[in-house]
Amino acid sequence: MKEEITLMKGNEAIAHAAVRYGVDGYFGYPITPQSEVLETLEALMPWETTGMTVLQAESEVASINMVYGGAATGKAVMTSSSSPGISLMQEGMSYIAASELPALVVNVMRGGPGLGTIHPSQSDYFQATKGGGHGDYHYIVLAPATVQEMADFVGLGFDLAFKYRTPALLLADGVVGQMMEKVVLPPQRPRRTEKEIRKQCPWAASGDSRGRKPNIITSLELDSAQMEKNNERFQQTYHLIEQNEVRYQEYYTDDCEYLFVAFGSIARICLKAIEDARAAGLKIGLLRPITLWPFPYGRISELAEKMKGILVVELNAGQMIEDVRLAVEGRVPVKHYGRMGGIVPNPGEILEAFNSYILKK
Amino acid sequence: MKKEIIAAGFGGQGVLSMGKILAYAGLMDDLEVTWMPSYGPEQRGGTANVTVVLSDTPISSPVLDAFDTAVILNQQSLDKFESKVKPGGVLIYDPYGIHRKPTREDITIVPVEAMEAAIEMKNAKTYNMIILGALLKVNPVVDIESVMKGLKKALPERHHHLLPLNREAILRGMELVKTAPQV
Repeated sequence: MKEEITLMKGNEAIAHAAVRYGVDGYFGYPITPQSEVLETLEALMPWETTGMTVLQAESEVASINMVYGGAATGKAVMTSSSSPGISLMQEGMSYIAASELPALVVNVMRGGPGLGTIHPSQSDYFQATKGGGHGDYHYIVLAPATVQEMADFVGLGFDLAFKYRTPALLLADGVVGQMMEKVVLPPQRPRRTEKEIRKQCPWAASGDSRGRKPNIITSLELDSAQMEKNNERFQQTYHLIEQNEVRYQEYYTDDCEYLFVAFGSIARICLKAIEDARAAGLKIGLLRPITLWPFPYGRISELAEKMKGILVVELNAGQMIEDVRLAVEGRVPVKHYGRMGGIVPNPGEILEAFNSYILKK
Repeated sequence: MKKEIIAAGFGGQGVLSMGKILAYAGLMDDLEVTWMPSYGPEQRGGTANVTVVLSDTPISSPVLDAFDTAVILNQQSLDKFESKVKPGGVLIYDPYGIHRKPTREDITIVPVEAMEAAIEMKNAKTYNMIILGALLKVNPVVDIESVMKGLKKALPERHHHLLPLNREAILRGMELVKTAPQV
């Protein structure tokens, strides 16, 4: 059969991919620029086909706690929101991580702080990668740059979440949420049966504990010695993820003298700027982190050896640049070009920044 | 082949839908496409624009600072985007409501009296398809059959009876462009 190619928005692709992955439940509350996720799910009516639950909760706080409850039973559950809504979810997100539960949270970022604007931003990088809630925890953070990746990273996020029993965060922005491009959707998979879930998730509170000790899902542990042991276990998982799951994509790095580092949709605008610069003889390459946590420190460190300068381009005041600088360890000048509040720079503005910050022209 | 196109006008004139139909037509022709709207609280009366890229090679950025073709439907958009057309590019505009005309001499400027034509057709909703017809005449990135297939895909089935009217509007738009050279 010929691949089914369709044209859709990134937000719509997330909804389609969720149904096709066999997700059991989506709980969310509308907010621009990601309301199409919930709208598309409602239009698809998957409760009549796969049996997936789609629920508009009364708030973001309710949504994330429904995800917490669903995940505790071993179901594949998710929510999506945009920056202010994700801030409201931070407590629940910390509890889910502390309870070692697989789940998927989608953040289609808009300009902050506060209620901010509805336009694209990447100013939740710190919140996403350093743990926006309390305690020592991480989400596996995937940063899609294309509508195809919006679809693919739903499945990847759940696969990783279940593999490591830890939640994943899809960190997108208003550009990739709102734009349309071609996408090949994954094939429809059936949802797992109760029996399959019990086999895959022996830790889950499945409602039937005959023949085993009841599973208790909680983040509370009043014995500090035990809580430290729990934390050590979390850190072991995170260490394993850091060893195995770093993902990034490189462009023109075989011969480049300068490097751009950018993630998500802005990486594509950088790529266009690089194409224009190369036509004028400037050898710039691009590294696009796909996992923001774990971060590709190792590869950036290697590349830094050969570079004359590095420009980090973000839709924020300078967040990922801190991780790039940690990787570079001061060997090469690392500069930042960022736009804030929902403004997206065009390729020409990025090259101007390169000229003035790196080439000092 | 790569065409970087911007369409801009008032919200409600149908620039986003026109861009969407162009993108669907590109899909039908197996082209790579991106469709990037200005989105926001803009509703009818505000400004709206959409960037559409059609290409036979992978597309890097959906956000651009220079365009091969600009389709301009109001004064604000003309003021904003006239300077963003690449030298040698095309600016298509509807003179209706324009008090300061485009002045660039290094681009092809194509006035299209689409508002008048829509009034003649007694259906204001055909406006954006008339404009699309003009665009396709000047810039035949996709053919009309692909547009019709794209329209069929973009429109919900309950609107499929409007396909012949849309075709008529596209052809009318093509007729309106008589003098302009194909680019």
